[in-house]
Amino acid sequence: MRCAFAFKTLAFVTVTLAGLAGPAASETLKIAFIDPLSGGAASTGEAGLKTFQYLAEQINAKGGAAGMKLEVTGYDNKVNPQESLVQAQKAIDAGSRIIIQGNGSAVAAALTDFVAKHNERNPDKTVLYLNYAAIDPVLTNEKCNYWHFRWDASVDIKMAALTNYMKGRANIKKVYLINQDYSFGRSVRDEAKKMLAAKRPDVQIVGDELHPLQKITDFSPYIAKIKASGADSVITGNWAQDFALLIKAAADAGLQVDWYTYYAGGTGGPTALRQANVPDRVFQVTEGIANVDHAASRTFETEFRNKMGAGLIYPRAVNLMHMLAAAMTEAKSGEPAKIAAKLEGMKAEVFNGGQGFMRADDHQFFQPMYISAFGPLTAKEPFDEEKTGWGWKVLGRVDTQDTVVPTSCKMQRPS
Amino acid sequence: MLELIVVSTLNGVLFGMLLFLMASGLTLIFSMMGVLNFAHASFYMLGAFFGFQLSRWTGFWPGLVLAPLLVGALGALVERYGLRHVHRHGHVAELLFTFGLAYVVEEVVQMIWGKLPADYRVPEALDFAAFTVFSTNYPAYKMFMLLIAIGIFVVLFAVLTRTRAGLIIQAALSRPDMVAMLGHNVPRVFMLAFGCGTGLAALAGVIAGPALVTQSNMAALLGPILFVVVVVGGLGSLAGAFIASLLIGLVQTFAVALDVSLADVFGAVGITLGPDSFLADIWRVTIAQVAPILPYLLLVLMLIFRPRGLLGTRDS
Repeated sequence: MRCAFAFKTLAFVTVTLAGLAGPAASETLKIAFIDPLSGGAASTGEAGLKTFQYLAEQINAKGGAAGMKLEVTGYDNKVNPQESLVQAQKAIDAGSRIIIQGNGSAVAAALTDFVAKHNERNPDKTVLYLNYAAIDPVLTNEKCNYWHFRWDASVDIKMAALTNYMKGRANIKKVYLINQDYSFGRSVRDEAKKMLAAKRPDVQIVGDELHPLQKITDFSPYIAKIKASGADSVITGNWAQDFALLIKAAADAGLQVDWYTYYAGGTGGPTALRQANVPDRVFQVTEGIANVDHAASRTFETEFRNKMGAGLIYPRAVNLMHMLAAAMTEAKSGEPAKIAAKLEGMKAEVFNGGQGFMRADDHQFFQPMYISAFGPLTAKEPFDEEKTGWGWKVLGRVDTQDTVVPTSCKMQRPS
Repeated sequence: MLELIVVSTLNGVLFGMLLFLMASGLTLIFSMMGVLNFAHASFYMLGAFFGFQLSRWTGFWPGLVLAPLLVGALGALVERYGLRHVHRHGHVAELLFTFGLAYVVEEVVQMIWGKLPADYRVPEALDFAAFTVFSTNYPAYKMFMLLIAIGIFVVLFAVLTRTRAGLIIQAALSRPDMVAMLGHNVPRVFMLAFGCGTGLAALAGVIAGPALVTQSNMAALLGPILFVVVVVGGLGSLAGAFIASLLIGLVQTFAVALDVSLADVFGAVGITLGPDSFLADIWRVTIAQVAPILPYLLLVLMLIFRPRGLLGTRDS
């Protein structure tokens, strides 16, 4: 009995002393990265997590932001809204003050509501939600929210840029739409129909397909339908597994069409495209590619590829983290409310060159957009994708002010 | 139009044969032991990953032969040291055991091979277009899958009806007690049956791996469809499983090609239902959108109207 008591006292004292020796002198700002880390979309989620961790390391190496180190932890949500809320609560309980998410607008919708409610109920433990890829327009319109900031151009911005490019392509006669059956896929479909009707009324829309998200493993029935419709162009917002398998099935069947996409550059896309062997027929609209003629981003790309073994597919992640660090430095704090106040209206030099700004009305970031094509490279393009020997080539650039779209957001600001 | 029908038929038959490869093993196991093996799709996944790993070390063809054998042996061990002990506690205990096994296998696969898809490639010898239907190429690898599946069906049928071992298995299918009393080593027969069943699932995994995605959620994607096939075909009948797999493969493939919704049908009769009408979402959903859930609808209908399945020989 006495031995046990002595032992317990000794243990208690040791633990207390160890506790007092304490954590490192500088504070950490915990960032939760909530995205799919398993399942069909894992490739995109993993790539995102690694990118943000790389960027956090870079910022920490320069001394952090506002004297704090940034720490990014991954939480797997399997692109499921309910699971995301569970993970968000878990992250908040573990001390996270920033949530970063992107893959899945349905998840984003759930998270933005959750963050708004949480911040209302816990004004002393507020959380910021930084959205790097969920581009359903609703998030900066009907569901806009002071605590949500979006760095990826929304569906309408991208479709406007894409359809402007398509306006000049005389060979487009019949367009087939194939998208994922959820908020984002539907908004791509709706915007495509609306904008094509306005800009190219002569183009016929011969198909409009919606399929379940990340569930289909064999797209050959859909490819057969596209063939049967006689389409010469396909517009799709498919990403991760849905895109790679769609292209795989198209390659197997020998389908010859032009592809107008949002996410052909995502992980797995270039490999599938190279195997399909369709040079210069796949187009994407993004905020930047590796081969943009800008020295700083090319240097970053080279270093990134050396360290990570893969290309940077999220230039917007760079913009996000740099602006976060800048906001923290300006506010001299890691408090979400203060960071949000500084992020609103912030102007920044974007990763691939040019000026962007975070519109205070709806917290949408506007930046230059690029239309690029995938195919064999020339001397002007030093970077290939996923070791295929082919890469993205810039076909057109839309300046920031030409990308601005109106918003219906009536943001409620905390008093 | 004709092209669409022909290509869809080919695709549907192919998908059906793949389902049959897996369902044949499941039917065998269920018929013999009354155990609905929830972990069957997990053995399919193990087959794909073993095939992938072996193809990295030795090439695709040795992997094709070795992976099913390895997984079959693993299945036999699971039966001998796991299921057999649980057997005496009843069917529910066996079900729970296989259910838990499915989770364990998924986690182990994630631990060893990670969560991202594995780059399991079609072997170069088969990486060309076998023939062209109108203007669509049909890959040679898919023809290979079809041939293997048909071959397995023929072999299975021959073994079960023409050999002595097959006769014992067939007898044990419906009268296990009688077979045991006649002096046959029924536990050993069960172990062999479980091993063969899982080996078949693994073979399906090895050949489907390159064509579909090889990743740790494969089992969850194909598992539920398997049960639909077994129930619709009838518990205890291999021929029923064959017919049901083909049926479900064709239904799912053709359904994708149909862009008809209830609203279109009503429209033909004269009633217009726009996007803002009452219950618009139900009328305007097309068959193509619900194609993935049609097999489950079939399952429900079958259970309501003919619980025995198409060719079932046992009520259970």
